[in-house]
Amino acid sequence: MTIAPAVPSIAIRSENVCRHYRMGETLIRAVDGISLEIRSGEFVALLGTSGSGKSSMLNLVAGLDRPTSGSVIVQDRDLARLSREELAKYRLHVVGMVFQSFNLIPSMTLTENVELPMRFADVDRGKRQSLSREALQRVGLGSRIDHRPSELSGGEQQRAALARALINRPKLLLADEPTGNLDSHTGTEIMEMVRGFNRDLGMTVVMVTHERALAERYAQRMIFLADGKLIDDHPNTSVSPQPQVEAVR
Amino acid sequence: MKLPDLTELALRNLRESLLRNSLTTVGISVGVASLVAMLSLGTGLQQLFTRRLAKSGLFDTVYVSSRRELRGMSREEQRTGPNPGESPVLDEAARLEIEKLPNVSEAYPDIRFVTELRYEDKPHLTMISALPPSAKSNDAFEGIQGSFFTSDAAPEVILQKSFAEELLGKTPALGMPEPNVSELAKPLLGKELTMRYAQRESAQPTPLRPDTNASEDVAGASYSVVSRQQQLKIVGVADLDPESMRGPTRAKVFLPLKLAESLHVMQPTDLREIARARTDQSVYSSISVRVKNPSQIQAVEDAIKKMGFTTFSILDASRSLQQVFKVLYAFLGIFGSLALAVASIGIVNTLVMAILERRREIGIMKAIGASDADVKKLFFAEAGAMGIFGGIVGVILGWAIGQVINFGTNIWLRSQSIPPEHFWAVPLWLVIFSIGFAFIVSLISGLYPAGRAARLDPVQALRYE
Repeated sequence: MTIAPAVPSIAIRSENVCRHYRMGETLIRAVDGISLEIRSGEFVALLGTSGSGKSSMLNLVAGLDRPTSGSVIVQDRDLARLSREELAKYRLHVVGMVFQSFNLIPSMTLTENVELPMRFADVDRGKRQSLSREALQRVGLGSRIDHRPSELSGGEQQRAALARALINRPKLLLADEPTGNLDSHTGTEIMEMVRGFNRDLGMTVVMVTHERALAERYAQRMIFLADGKLIDDHPNTSVSPQPQVEAVR
Repeated sequence: MKLPDLTELALRNLRESLLRNSLTTVGISVGVASLVAMLSLGTGLQQLFTRRLAKSGLFDTVYVSSRRELRGMSREEQRTGPNPGESPVLDEAARLEIEKLPNVSEAYPDIRFVTELRYEDKPHLTMISALPPSAKSNDAFEGIQGSFFTSDAAPEVILQKSFAEELLGKTPALGMPEPNVSELAKPLLGKELTMRYAQRESAQPTPLRPDTNASEDVAGASYSVVSRQQQLKIVGVADLDPESMRGPTRAKVFLPLKLAESLHVMQPTDLREIARARTDQSVYSSISVRVKNPSQIQAVEDAIKKMGFTTFSILDASRSLQQVFKVLYAFLGIFGSLALAVASIGIVNTLVMAILERRREIGIMKAIGASDADVKKLFFAEAGAMGIFGGIVGVILGWAIGQVINFGTNIWLRSQSIPPEHFWAVPLWLVIFSIGFAFIVSLISGLYPAGRAARLDPVQALRYE
């Protein structure tokens, strides 16, 4: 194994991707012909007002939704061509997601929530338990593993959601307004963690936000959307880009 | 997802909406209970009939007669067997040979004759029949007043109820209520009857003229007929008719078999067989052969037919009885299943409600990597778990209902002075079948909800609050 010089590979590429849907008589163009490339290890913010199509774009990258036309290629997979089963596998192994409303399952304890993706991945019970405990310890929730989400603060819930998103070691972390429901202090805490994963693990991060200040503070690149179209895409000069190092077999 | 994980998640989900899922499960239980109740009634009744019929001796008995009787033969038998003149005589030797056949428990001669009985100097003409000691277990003697014969050769007699009525001059007019057996028995038990009969007595063989070439077997064929009488003590009065099968030739007075044999009562066959009888050995008009197990009746019948005799059994009657029970089962099963069908709608309803309630949860699971199959299996597992729980509780409930009804009916039977019966049976196969059936019905009910949950669009589901 040799360490090759920096050759930034493309993690996500979209080509003229559209997501249209009908609402009664009107055709909604949630995503309308967006083409972009995101390199491996990049921390990108998708910005825009509500209804600009940023969340719809994120759902397409996450494999939760399929484009009406165009293609989304993630690590050489054309998501539009994957079967439902293959898309589920993709979400399980390639993508980790965090949401504004945390989306932990309220009837389950934190460990059970974190273990859930591993259940779908058929990981053995013993390994599952030790990994989930470890992950919760890493996000500072080692003492709360048997608590239910309702017994935790918003920040703690989002940390647990981060632990769950990363448990199957995904290549992509997709965050949909991760600090939207948090106060600025806890929001910063969460964002520091995300930046840590990006820097330390070389994980590609795509974050949807409407807070420009947040994007400017953490993202290396800012993509602006309006009415489903890409209107601006520029690097964030205040954040230094990651050194691109890749292991080549 | 693996089965243990699936089960664990399903049970945890069921616990989350405990009341609703319990109510659905109770619905299934009631359905299964009604199914179990119906089918166990069917099984119990069948067992009761089988037990009764086995006791009646009808299903394990083969009636054997000689082809020389020239009756009881179908056309087929007439064509296939030896001609009656050449076929064997049904004598003591033949009886012993039949008794030695495999699976035969006993073979006894049917001794029956019409003769005169005197009671308090009044003559009564009736058919008399001899009973072997094994007849004691016949259910016709279950409600006997007095007792069965003290020994197989005792000079004792058991009367059928109608003959007891005749002796006492109490025969009721048609349509009138019949007198109680115990009332009839009271004045008769211990009393003496005098039986007059014709005895066959072997005579000295007629010396043969030396110049004849007659074969030896004709030599002994000589006997005289003597009129005799015998005192008999009445020991029992039977309520039921042990020979109901025999129709008009059924006997109303019964003697112990050994005693009847020792009397050497003149039989109609004696006249016919005089030319062939080697000695003064008895020749029987028919023999009853008891088989150890009703299932072996066909084999025994075939073996006896091979010996050249005519046989009759009511195997066919038992076959049609099985048919009747199959139909009964089907009907009871259908009625029992109706409640389960209603319960299955409850499962569909519960699971569809669960999908609405857990829409967001399903969305989350899909977002973090659950496949359609995972979601489908989870709902199937929940339906299946409700089915199994409902099945187990239902079997217990059905069994309990059966016990209560059995108990209640027996109290009523006792009040009618009928011996209690066990007509409710929950065999192991019924337990397994019912739980399995509930499980399968539940899975089928889960088909639609599980499919619907699996098809849920995750983006829509996550938006749902």
